[in-house]
Amino acid sequence: MSEKILIKGNEAIGEAAIRAGCRYYFGYPITPQSELPEYMAKKLPAVGGVFLQAESEVAAINMVYGAAAAGARAMTSSSSPGFSLKQEGISYIAAAELPCLLVNVQRGGPGLGTIQPGQADYFQATKGGGHGDYRLLVLAPNSVQELFDLTVEGFDLADKYRMPVLILADGALGQMMEAVSLNVKTAPPVAKPWAVTGRQGRKETNVVNTLSFDKDASEQTNRDLKQKYDLISRQETRCEEFFTDDADVVLVAYGITARIAKSAMEKARAQGLKVGLLRPVTLWPFPAADLLRVAGTAKAFLVSELSTGQMIEDVELAIRCRKPVYFYGRTGGNIPSTEELYQQIVEIVNKGGN
Amino acid sequence: MQEKLFAITPGLTEASTHYCPGCHHGIIHRLVAEVLDELGVLDKGILVEPVGCSVLAHNYFAMDTIQAAHGRAPAVASAVKRVHPEAVVLTYQGDGDLAAIGCAEIVHAAMRGEKITTIFVNNAIYGMTGGQMAPTTLEGQVTATSPFGRKNAEAGRPIRVAEMLATLDGPKYIARVAVNKPANVNKAKAAIKEAFTRQIRGDGFTLVEVLSTCPTNWGLSPVKANQFVEESMMPYFPLGVYKDEEGKQ
Repeated sequence: MSEKILIKGNEAIGEAAIRAGCRYYFGYPITPQSELPEYMAKKLPAVGGVFLQAESEVAAINMVYGAAAAGARAMTSSSSPGFSLKQEGISYIAAAELPCLLVNVQRGGPGLGTIQPGQADYFQATKGGGHGDYRLLVLAPNSVQELFDLTVEGFDLADKYRMPVLILADGALGQMMEAVSLNVKTAPPVAKPWAVTGRQGRKETNVVNTLSFDKDASEQTNRDLKQKYDLISRQETRCEEFFTDDADVVLVAYGITARIAKSAMEKARAQGLKVGLLRPVTLWPFPAADLLRVAGTAKAFLVSELSTGQMIEDVELAIRCRKPVYFYGRTGGNIPSTEELYQQIVEIVNKGGN
Repeated sequence: MQEKLFAITPGLTEASTHYCPGCHHGIIHRLVAEVLDELGVLDKGILVEPVGCSVLAHNYFAMDTIQAAHGRAPAVASAVKRVHPEAVVLTYQGDGDLAAIGCAEIVHAAMRGEKITTIFVNNAIYGMTGGQMAPTTLEGQVTATSPFGRKNAEAGRPIRVAEMLATLDGPKYIARVAVNKPANVNKAKAAIKEAFTRQIRGDGFTLVEVLSTCPTNWGLSPVKANQFVEESMMPYFPLGVYKDEEGKQ
């Protein structure tokens, strides 16, 4: 029988990380994710791990850079303004092709914003965020169970592709408590012959570097990264679909919003309305092909996010403007009710989906 | 049979450095490499290099190396040492990297007593970016961004890093040295050796500040640059040991 516990979202990430073999956590307190560093501070010493509260988010991400370069499973977490501060370091980690896990438990922004949940860091998470041509593998859980499962899997994906993996959550998920099954399935450990360990008898030195004065070598680095990102797009794109086969109106939402959208969809179905839901699990790579397929039969799409509209751009691109795309977002820390989304669906249906 | 008096130290590769004529980086690299070799820890050495002229130090040191973002070497090194406590971890940083953009990282790594060694190369100017004002630029010194000479009323007085960090409890050995003449080179080597010996012993944070030249950006010949170190820098940045505490924390 699997071990099941009632646990808070932020703490579930911490428990998952420890069970996935992460022994190095570096971070800086910020609401609404502080339960995660607190959990790591409490639990890591018992398993021989290191919790280090950095002097800033900037230092924290560079500690992750160091620990990952040294061959360890390492992570950091933050919330929106703190995550912005980490962007330079994330660009370096992506360039150096180091595996690590990043967590952004989003709040409302911009600026200091609010400590209530938001999803307005979508652009930052999926379009690079820091300088240069790079991507993060972005996982968007929608339950405490998925926070746990995708954290474990995130470390494996990071090692597999030698890149930072981001868990993009939000304040609601981080703060809610749900029952979680603690079954952990991890991939076999990946050898890291490139890690900086001290030479220890090695003839050649290991160097982690992101600088090149040779423009051709620099271009090649970017092309190599692109090739890796293309491979990930082919192999790791994921989404969940409900009733998309016969749906006239297809909702598109991720994370906490996808749960509200699902309730609205169920209410609509109970009223005999043909409504479906497509929930991206990976925000990058984005499930564009799945959306394009659904666009063959659906009459309209309704995108809902906790922002004024960010993922909607990817949805419109994915379906190549073949069907109308409506948007309903709440922002600044507000979240839509099931009823609000249901009303939006009814309006679209009444228009005949056009 | 003639006795070999000088050879390439195993701590350095045979690559020619890109440093300008008269620059002290070559001497300081050599001293660090010799010391690590003499202490028998080259195989355990991990270098965290900065942004600045020594951003290419991995081409010269025969050691595993991580190139850090501007100013962040102490944060990177802190984590590396936590992952590999048996390694000998050093950051090699210039004065812009350490005293300006990376001031928070060095202060907090020192405060935590991270068991790393920082070689802090102070030449009172930004070298790689073309000679702009550093936090260590002397009063009245002309640079690309202080064309009328540094004015303390606007820019403040130059930071004395060794003295500042010596006020913290985490550091166990902090010294300021110079390599402008052979006698000073020998003293500098002894200080660097002491710093690494303390790290290997597990005492705590150690730092050696090395006064250094930048003939190109100072607009001085190598000989005049060495005189500038002696006559202009040393009165404001006195040589000496600023922290020397025994024992573990």
